[in-house]
Amino acid sequence: MSAIKRRLRKEKIARACMLTAAIIITGSLFFIIGTIVWKGMPYLSLEMLTQTPQGGFYIGKEGGILNAILGSVYLASLSTLLATVIGVPICIFLNVYVKKGSPLSRFSKLLFDVLFGVPSIVYGAIAFSIMVWLGIRASLLGGVITITLLTIPIVVRTLDELILTVPNDLRHITASLGATRWEGAKVLLKYVKPGLMTAILLAFGRAIGDVAGVLLTTGFSDNIPIYLDEPTATLPLAIFFQLSSPIPEVQGRAYASALILTIIILLIVICTQYLASKQKKNRI
Amino acid sequence: MILVIVVGLCVKSEPLFEQQSLIEVLLGTVWSPLKGYFGFLPFIIGTISVTLSALIIAVPLCVSASVYLVEYASARVRQVVLPLVNILAAIPPVLYGVWGILFVVPLIGDYLAPVFGVSTTGYSILAGGVVLAVMVFPIMVSIMVEVLKTIPQDLRAVSLSLGATRLETVQHVLLRKAKPGIVAAIVLAISRAFGETIAVLMVCGNIPQLPQSLFDAGYPLPALIANNFGEMMSIPLYDSALMFAALLLLVIILGFNVVSRGILKRMEEINQ
Repeated sequence: MSAIKRRLRKEKIARACMLTAAIIITGSLFFIIGTIVWKGMPYLSLEMLTQTPQGGFYIGKEGGILNAILGSVYLASLSTLLATVIGVPICIFLNVYVKKGSPLSRFSKLLFDVLFGVPSIVYGAIAFSIMVWLGIRASLLGGVITITLLTIPIVVRTLDELILTVPNDLRHITASLGATRWEGAKVLLKYVKPGLMTAILLAFGRAIGDVAGVLLTTGFSDNIPIYLDEPTATLPLAIFFQLSSPIPEVQGRAYASALILTIIILLIVICTQYLASKQKKNRI
Repeated sequence: MILVIVVGLCVKSEPLFEQQSLIEVLLGTVWSPLKGYFGFLPFIIGTISVTLSALIIAVPLCVSASVYLVEYASARVRQVVLPLVNILAAIPPVLYGVWGILFVVPLIGDYLAPVFGVSTTGYSILAGGVVLAVMVFPIMVSIMVEVLKTIPQDLRAVSLSLGATRLETVQHVLLRKAKPGIVAAIVLAISRAFGETIAVLMVCGNIPQLPQSLFDAGYPLPALIANNFGEMMSIPLYDSALMFAALLLLVIILGFNVVSRGILKRMEEINQ
């Protein structure tokens, strides 16, 4: 009987190890957020949120990071909008008009998978060299183009997964009622609407948090951008630059900026989860 | 579009090879753009060692955590934990970088390194590895959980009814069956880790040298591109060298992606 005892003891030990692993992984989330909140909270003030950098901001004088917050929001919303406008038709085309399993649909799916995995620094490098070639300087426009390239695969892939969950019956019914394929596509879109919002929010979250892509293409500026061809500050870049400063005041602001970014991201995540649960209820 | 990108990068990096051969570029250890030497070995080694140390940390943790979540944990625990892991995936790299500087770097510099009798600032390959490991947790866990879920329930029932303990079932039946899927998850995680720029750049030290130990500073490829792009126009051949770095990265990631997709797809077909 000692053999079985040994086996059961082994089981208990292994189970404890696995539990620890699971706790470490989940805990790391709270740990990261906790560290940022703990460090950023003392530096967070209303001034940070509502003012642009004043003279001497980067040596620790007054001012805020409104320029970066607005810049990020502009950049992310513009490119998400563009990505949606381009990505949704692509997805509809691939799923409604192209025959399933045909070489074209298989190939383009693989392509979007690969594009999804291309690191943003590579997008940034390409966009930068194109901009140099065309003679455009670092500007909001350049950033928007780069981030759009980055987010199109996200929109297409997420939407694609969603359309796969649509029951085939729906398609047959619309077709048998005499609907054209275009009308069928409209029904399809209506069905996945909450999911579409999830895809857009995911893309927005990725767009607002990306650094490597905008590092080379968007530049940096203390002003709130008004036109598309102005260089723009973004929140992640602001964090990155402030953090490399040797002055503790400025570093503290970087922590506070990180806290703001965290809050934005968490809000987006909560919205996404909410919409995802709604999509589940929407199922027939 | 992929084609355009690859061709564009090839054309851009071509001038580099008029002076040096491919082998010289890949295996050279001297990086001094001003003199016209472009050796990529320090950066390639830097990237590989950071990625490897991240994997060594992440793989055992993720495998055991996903096994726990699928086999042992109750449905309620799973419902709480999996969304949390997804949130981890949504956190932007720069925040990981901030966390790395605030926590990982001091931890390594002040506590871990003295234990091994090494003095370091903490900005090291190991720091990059830890931060990257946390970054790839969500990808690995979510794919592994999916993979383990596709395994038919019958297999578990048979193994348990033959008198195996749960652990033995996991070891001898489930992990064996799920092996290709786990490999695919790891490969996907590698391709993510390879391309990660900012978080690693912030904690890695960025010195173009051949790292001797885990506590040395390293300089991965993406960080190289990000740090030097601004000034590349002023030095001849610098731009084509950086473009070559981007190309190298892209090709590696393409390869990894295709491999892992292939494995995952074959697994789906087998289990259906």
